Amino acid sequence: MEKHVVVIYPHPDDESFGAAGSISNFREQGVPVTYLCGTLGEMGRNMGNPTFANRETLPEIRKQELIHACNVLDVNLKMLGYRDKTLEFEDRAEIAEHLKQILEEIQPSLVITHYPDHAVHPDHNALGAAAIEAVRLMDPAKRPEVWAQAITNNYLDILGKPDVINDITAYFDKKMEAIFCHDSQASGVLGQFKHVDKLESEIQEDIKKRFSTEQFYTWNFED
Amino acid sequence: MKPIEIEKVQDVLDQFINKNVYVHLETTNGAYASHLNEQAYNVGAYIRNAKVVFNQAKLVGDGKVYRAGLKMEMGWIYAEGLTDWVMHEDNQLLMAGHDREGRLMVSLQISETPFKY
Repeated sequence: MEKHVVVIYPHPDDESFGAAGSISNFREQGVPVTYLCGTLGEMGRNMGNPTFANRETLPEIRKQELIHACNVLDVNLKMLGYRDKTLEFEDRAEIAEHLKQILEEIQPSLVITHYPDHAVHPDHNALGAAAIEAVRLMDPAKRPEVWAQAITNNYLDILGKPDVINDITAYFDKKMEAIFCHDSQASGVLGQFKHVDKLESEIQEDIKKRFSTEQFYTWNFED
Repeated sequence: MKPIEIEKVQDVLDQFINKNVYVHLETTNGAYASHLNEQAYNVGAYIRNAKVVFNQAKLVGDGKVYRAGLKMEMGWIYAEGLTDWVMHEDNQLLMAGHDREGRLMVSLQISETPFKY
């Protein structure tokens, strides 16, 4: 059993779309989970549908949505205070040092983050790389295991099959509840499943199929 | 935000003329454009809290979609596709264009005080 799991992603809603099922499984076992959320998604383009947010109100709205989702998932939340879309321009060593300090304090047995260069959004790639660097900088005897999540369209071709495939069917409803806490974002993101020629029930099936597993690669630290 | 009411918004724009103002100008099609459609391109740009002075400001459109042009001593600020507006905290003029799913595609914001950064 894990001692403590730390999830490191850059945006409010990454935790729900990316790992809510795995998180729910850990919480059911009584494992503490902490989410280190990099930014408030200040530059997101989804403003709710119909829109209820604007560029200036979005950060506070997403912060409240994040707090709500973390309550639903029953996880500790720490907001890191970076700005959306800027993580790749910050000094990676500085972010890694920042994350390392937090990890040394929490002493997790597992860290979940994005797989650098295979996570589509520049913030995902940059924070994933910084998180892995943070763990690499730790005393090898105290390093947590790292699960890296790839989400590109071709990651299977390049990286092969992930070694961690969590069946989260049992936590599907919880995952959807967490996703819908992010009211300003959920309909926009889930909208990609909508096609004119599809029935609502087919869309639901697609979503269920897509969200039936959460997959990760155990990071190999070669010293 | 609400659909642009040209007379009201033009009034607000006029009040910023020849003042030191902060501008937020942005366009985006999202970070996932080419992930969701390999034929698409990821394109976006923004500048936040650019400090400028403009001596003319005009909103032009067809009653639904508008363009804004702000004339400065040495150049222009331009935005196309603006559909909605709101006053934020009474003194910040926010204008934006949204697609049919409510996603922001363009925004032009003007204020005498800096936008939160």
